[in-house]
Amino acid sequence: MSQTNEQRRQTRRLVGKIGLITVAAFAFCFALVPLYNIVCEQVFGIRPDGQAVDVRGLDLNRVDTSRTVTVQFDATVNSELDWEFGPELSEIQVHPGQVIEAWYVASNITGDAIVGNATYDVVPKRAIPFFSKTECFCFTEQLLVPGETRRMPVRFFVAPDLPERVNTVTLSYTFYNNEAATRREQARLAEHQAAAAQSDSRG
Amino acid sequence: MATDTATTVHDDGHEHAPSFIDRWFFGTNHKDIGTLYLLFSLAMFLIGGAMAMIIRAELFMPGMQIVNPEFFNQMTTMHALVMIFGAVMPAFVGLANWMLPLMIGAPDMALPRLNNLSFWILPFAFLIMLSTLFMEGGGPAGGWTLYPPLSLQQGNSMAFVIFAIHMMGLSSIMGAINIIATVLNMRAPGMDLLKMPIFPWTWLITAFLLIGVMPVLAGAITMLLTDKFFLTSFFNAAGGGDPVMYQHIFWFFGHPEVYIMILPAFGVVSEIIPTFSRKPLFGYQAMVYATASIAFLSFIVWAHHMFTVGMPLGGELFFMYATMLIAVPTGVKVFNWVSTMWQGSLTFETPMLFAIGFVVMFTIGGFSGLMLAIVPADYQYHDTYFVVAHFHYVLVTGSVFALMAGAYYWLPKWTGYMYNETLGKWHFWLSTIFVNLLFFPQHFLGLAGMPRRIPDYNIAFSDFNMISSIGGFGFGLAQLLFVYVVWSCARGRSGIKVGDRVWEGARGLEWTVPSPAPHHTFTTPPKFDDRDLAHGDVSH
Repeated sequence: MSQTNEQRRQTRRLVGKIGLITVAAFAFCFALVPLYNIVCEQVFGIRPDGQAVDVRGLDLNRVDTSRTVTVQFDATVNSELDWEFGPELSEIQVHPGQVIEAWYVASNITGDAIVGNATYDVVPKRAIPFFSKTECFCFTEQLLVPGETRRMPVRFFVAPDLPERVNTVTLSYTFYNNEAATRREQARLAEHQAAAAQSDSRG
Repeated sequence: MATDTATTVHDDGHEHAPSFIDRWFFGTNHKDIGTLYLLFSLAMFLIGGAMAMIIRAELFMPGMQIVNPEFFNQMTTMHALVMIFGAVMPAFVGLANWMLPLMIGAPDMALPRLNNLSFWILPFAFLIMLSTLFMEGGGPAGGWTLYPPLSLQQGNSMAFVIFAIHMMGLSSIMGAINIIATVLNMRAPGMDLLKMPIFPWTWLITAFLLIGVMPVLAGAITMLLTDKFFLTSFFNAAGGGDPVMYQHIFWFFGHPEVYIMILPAFGVVSEIIPTFSRKPLFGYQAMVYATASIAFLSFIVWAHHMFTVGMPLGGELFFMYATMLIAVPTGVKVFNWVSTMWQGSLTFETPMLFAIGFVVMFTIGGFSGLMLAIVPADYQYHDTYFVVAHFHYVLVTGSVFALMAGAYYWLPKWTGYMYNETLGKWHFWLSTIFVNLLFFPQHFLGLAGMPRRIPDYNIAFSDFNMISSIGGFGFGLAQLLFVYVVWSCARGRSGIKVGDRVWEGARGLEWTVPSPAPHHTFTTPPKFDDRDLAHGDVSH
């Protein structure tokens, strides 16, 4: 514990600098969140989730009838969500360029209103740039009241320039419980019921 | 050199001994804190080891025998957290506390009170973390990496785990600040950075890694916490978050973290091998630059832990080549250790045995690391026992063997007595035989397709798992021998008192103070000759 005053001063300065680095590193961690999205979109061209493809600029007449691609539908429900969820058809034959509508069915088998959000994935990886959705239930929150069953559409097309060696594309969805939206909707429903009960008693 | 510039101020006198409580709870002496760190990490090593014994007992045969799958998952997760944050990291901080001031000729660490605080956070952090095992829903069970969404599905005990990891991170950061300040400001006059022994060098670089990445871990787990309890959606897929982003952030911390656990081990081994080769360290400056290169590269290779998440080909190639590049500075180090031994007059005392065991077996772990770095091959190895075999070779026969080597090397300096050499050698040979029995078959299991983190497996994997478990029990029992050796050495059971320079070939300032090292050392900065240092290469 025998430090000179000069040493103490130097130590204090040094600790200040290192402390700043520490704080900067902590801030950097949070900066990684927007950075990650920027790198994905700008550098690697990975499209962000949850956006429909704009069909206006597309030539929808360019259907390649000489070729048939199998599109398989897959469904998973996260263990935190008590829903039944699956595709109506397990697979379908399409021509590249054709706009196809397929249906999924979800049922809320619990006694509570729940909001679910679905995320999707496409395999094989090299098919991702050529698989486009013009409409999808995965773009929005899905609120299912107790016992409700809903048919939900996904409209998509496979671009004609899909690489030759890709014969099968699998579209896979996972439904998650959107807890924030579930709480919001449950509060709203409770409010509605209270208001309805009030007007009933008045009438 | 100029000793008169140092004014010595003693704020606790030599004549009155502090009471037990004052010394061990409120003390700021670097040697006492180092001892506390080392004893704490030994206790954690035994607790984490007991968890490993449960894992290996369950995996002894296919089928479920001893524990239920939920508890098994908690054991694999806790074993990793306890061993990484409780055993290996604090043990190296303990060695740094004890030896750094002695090696650079400083009277104490630069920030002694911070030192006391950074140690005393740890027992409470681990108490909190281990207590989650007894909470409703149990402890963390989704692996030490805490990947969402699985980690977000844990019970509310997750809040305790995250708070505990925050505390451990805080302790590591304070320890790192202290080490940087000590090394940069407290060196004896005349000891410029490129004359400094290699162990302080590796710790200086490690401390910068800690400062750079522990706050990132803190941020990542803070986001997990808010996702779980405050309805944010950083990683929550339902709310538009991305679980893969967690993996990127986590491994941005996690890869430097593995070097945090191995760089000080390089330092320890680089001190020991010259001593028992009776030659200066070969390529001292190359060692320093290699360490710095490894530290730099560790920041740009993180995604090799997650090749299979579906990243662009360009990313996979970049991370593959960057990872393989690390083999170059690491190869320089292995080359230098071997060259130090080359034509040396070697003797094989226990520290040297552990150091040579380190060089051989760490290199095996390094090679399997290179195999894992190959993207197309990694698709087969990913999340199999091959990965488990790899990181246990670098962490157990790497870091832990270096810690054992360091403990045997400096125990006489700490206690004033020689340890029991016969038992030390028994400890080494039993450990080495059993640890290979434990981890080598896991390579084959992984290549055959046995996944990690499962309590049950296909009967095709039975034989190798049984061999591995026998190795595990043997290795675990052998460590009790180490506990006995340390205890008997501290008690002076061997009766062999040692001199200042414990080992005939030892060089460096720590061997110029008496054994056991007195409470206060280098209250006036020492004068030294370059020939006193462990490395001859001070050409600059």
